[in-house]
Formats: sequence, C-alpha cells, structure tokens
Amino acid sequence: MNPTPAFALADATFRYPESTALDGLNLSIAPGECVAVLGANGSGKSTLLRVLAGLCFPERGRVEFFGEPLTEAALAHGAFARNFRRRVGVVFQNPDVQLFNATVFDEVAFGPLQMGWPKAQILERVHGALADLGIGELKDRPPHRLSGGEKKRVALASVLVLDPDVLLLDEPTAALDPKSQGQIVDFLFGCIGRKTIVTTTHSLEIAQEIADRALVLENGRLAASGPTAEIVADTPLLERTHLLHVHRHRHASGAVHSHPHRHL
Amino acid sequence: MWPRRRDFIEKTLHRLAESMEQAARADDSGAGSGFLQRFDPRVKLVGFLGLIFAAAASQKLAVTAAIFAVGLIFAVASRVLVPIARLWCGVLFFTGAVVLPAAILTPGHALFRLPWAGWAVTDNGLHSAASLIVRAEATATLAALLVLTTRWGHLLKALRVLRVPALFVVILGMTYRFIFVLLGIAQDFFEARRARQVGSLDGRQRRQMAVSSAAILLSKSVQLSGEVYEAMQARGFRGEVYTLDEFRLTRLDWCMLAAFVVLTIAAFGMGTLP
Repeated sequence: MNPTPAFALADATFRYPESTALDGLNLSIAPGECVAVLGANGSGKSTLLRVLAGLCFPERGRVEFFGEPLTEAALAHGAFARNFRRRVGVVFQNPDVQLFNATVFDEVAFGPLQMGWPKAQILERVHGALADLGIGELKDRPPHRLSGGEKKRVALASVLVLDPDVLLLDEPTAALDPKSQGQIVDFLFGCIGRKTIVTTTHSLEIAQEIADRALVLENGRLAASGPTAEIVADTPLLERTHLLHVHRHRHASGAVHSHPHRHL
Repeated sequence: MWPRRRDFIEKTLHRLAESMEQAARADDSGAGSGFLQRFDPRVKLVGFLGLIFAAAASQKLAVTAAIFAVGLIFAVASRVLVPIARLWCGVLFFTGAVVLPAAILTPGHALFRLPWAGWAVTDNGLHSAASLIVRAEATATLAALLVLTTRWGHLLKALRVLRVPALFVVILGMTYRFIFVLLGIAQDFFEARRARQVGSLDGRQRRQMAVSSAAILLSKSVQLSGEVYEAMQARGFRGEVYTLDEFRLTRLDWCMLAAFVVLTIAAFGMGTLP
C-alpha cells in the first residue's frame, strides 16, 4: 500500500502579473524521499518551493500536505499552522532575508519561541542545532556580519532546530565556496532517509549526489520526473531545458571549441 | 599632507557603514550593564512614556529643562551618552530650522538685532524658540534612552504586554529587522556605482543619483520586506513577539516605577498648572 504522500499537487497553477510560474503542475512526493527540482532560471522552481512551504497558494488546483489540503484558510488556523511550520522547514536562497535577529543564538531560537516550547527545551535544542552545524562559536555574533557560508549554516540551524520532517531548500549551495558547498552536502547526506527533502538546484552534480529522484521544470510545467541518474544522463532533455553548459573550453589537445557538456 | 576629500559616493558609503554599526550597537547597549539596563522593560516603557507626555505637555521652560536634565543623568549613568549626544545635534538642527522664525516673528521686547538683516529677536520669541527646542531635545532624549537601554526584542514584547496592537508591533519589528538588509543593499548599490565611476560627480549628478538610488531602494525594500516576512512566517511567526527572558518585576523595578510616577506627576503638575 502506498503511504500518504508528504506533498501532492494536482493541476497547481500560479501566475505572477507578467508570467505563469506554475502551469497545471501535478506531482507527488513520498515521505522520506529526497527530490531535486531542476530547471533553468524562471522555470518555476522557487515558486514551487513557496507553494510547498505554504507561503503562496495556487489560484487553480490543489496542494495537500500528508493528505490535508494546504490552503490559506487552513494556515490561518493556529493548530494546523503551528504543526505545519514545525514539520516543514524552509531554507531560502538568500540567507539575508532569513536572518533578522540580533544574534545567531536569537536567530536559531526564533522558531522554537514561536512554537511556545519551554525555555529549557529551547536552550537545549538551540545549543544542539548550533553544535550540529559546527557554529557554536558564532552564537553571540550578529548574523549580518557573517560570511556567506556561515550565514547559510545559521539559516539551516534556524530551521533544523525544530527537527522538521520536511526540508525545503532553495539553491542551498548557491554562491558558496567549494568548502562550504561540501559542508552543506555532507549535512544533507546525514538527513537522507530521515527527512523528506525537496531541493532546487542548478547543479547536476549535487542533484546526483543527494537526490533519489529529479524533477525537471520547464516554463512551470513538469518536463520530466525520474531517478536522478536517468535524468542526468538524458542529454537531449538537459539541453532542451538549458541545464547543460554550452561555452567555449579548451581540450587537452589544445583545441578550443564550444559544445554542451556537464561538470560531474 | 591634506587629507583626501571624500566624494559623494564615498561619503554615502561611509555613512551607510556607520549607520549599520550604530544600529548594531543600539542592541548591544540595550544588553549592557548600565543603570537603566537592569530594569524591567515594562517599567522603562511606562516610565519614559509618562515623562515624554509630561515634557510635551509642559508650558514652562524650567520644567522641560529639568526633565531634559533627568534624561541627561540617566544617559550618563546608563553609558549611552555618546549616541544620545549625536542625536542632540540632529534635533537641534532640524528643530532650530523650524523655530528660528518664531524668535523674530513673535511680538515682544527686542533683545538684539540680527546683523545684516536687522531683524529684532524678541524676548518672547526667544523664549518660545528655546521652549520648543528644549522640549524636542528632552522628548528625543527620553525616547532614545528607552531604545538604547532595552533590547529590541524586549521592547517589542513590553509593547505587546501593554496591549499595543500586534500589527503596530509587527511593523516596528519588521522595520528594525529590515534595516540591516536594506543598508547592505544600499552599500552594494553605491559600491557598484563607484566601481563604474570615472572622476567626481558634480552637483546635478549627485542630486540625480540621490533621487534614483532612493527610488531603487524603495522598490527593492518593498520586494525584500515581503521576502523577510515570508521567512518569518515559514518559521511559525504569527504576529506575536516572544523572547527567552521572562519578565518579572523585582523590588528594584517597583521602586523605579514609583520614582517614574512621582517624577511624571510632579513634572506634569509644575509644567501645566498656572
């Protein structure tokens, strides 16, 4: 018997004034699954994540979270909203919008405080989350003075402190140096199987490393869905959806030319 | 050697960096170990609001000046004199510009005449102008004392405890949280502009740039404020302010509250009664 999906979208359509971000999208994400959402800029990846996070709502179609409709009305209900926000953690692409407290400690404690947890539990969980991400020594620093990699780890800690069942990650490794990227990927590896992970990324390498399944979005529609290895091997699909590099490069023979290729 | 003159962009960048430091320091001073920092935020909120009300209602210069003096003593004892002194200059400049005509236009006994123009500064005019300036300085000092000696989160929580509407508190909280993001954007914007600039800007170009950067920042701020709010919502924010510290009134807090009440009643009485 199939378990109730963590998320189910049926004919979800979302429009911005000047474009259609999601166009009749149908998809289902199983609990414990790790899904990479691939797509070129403007393909609807971030909007999909916002819809799954209950931050915007499709004008047509239906979104369900573990079988319950995810609507504005449902999230206006205190108990559902608290349960949903506890179970679904969102890491935004730009950590600056996510870090708005005076210190790293306050930042990580923000979510648990909203949940109304007892003080002792909050302190224990905040220290635990800081230690898990290796940022215990940053706890008294103002978040806006941290480096990009540190900010990203604080943003992750601020979400993981609630021990969510679902992690929604918008380009978690964007604009990070290779070392910081490695730390984030290592961390995500540790979550695989324990949490449902939906991550948007441009990086085929990272998608292949962490995701069981890849979804390819094109103009707000699902262009493909399948095991990540198969999607990443489908050169015509990747070429059509602008996921392959096409630029001039030099071969060992010294020849310089341009053709699609992947960095794996 | 003469120090190099900073151009408009450099000066703006410098001011932006300074503003970020000041905003960050405001929260640091709130957590400091000065006199006012040890009191319950609710006591300070009620006490300072009372004193601000008394200062605003006062019709006697001596009473307003006495309230200002109390603020000065608090500032020294709470180790926040430097940022408050900086504030005085701004208040003096803006209020001075507004009330200066009153010193000339208000009828009364002429004390002296302004050089060149020959306009007479009257005793009544000078008294009115001084009253307004001292009142503005006193109220600004008291408000700054409250902000500089209280952690921002505690202040917001105190406002909610005193039944200030959640919407007002949320807007206030968002404004503060957004300052750093906005200042960062402004800094990037001006640095990018400097990277493409050759030579210095003349007055017209400076004005053009000031106007266009204000417009761009406004539009970016609208977009980003939405994103910051979404990030808060995603972590369970529903309009209430919570902090780890529980407010508990000690005997010291009650004594301070009593002192504030006595001061406010005395100042209000002496300032308004004929």
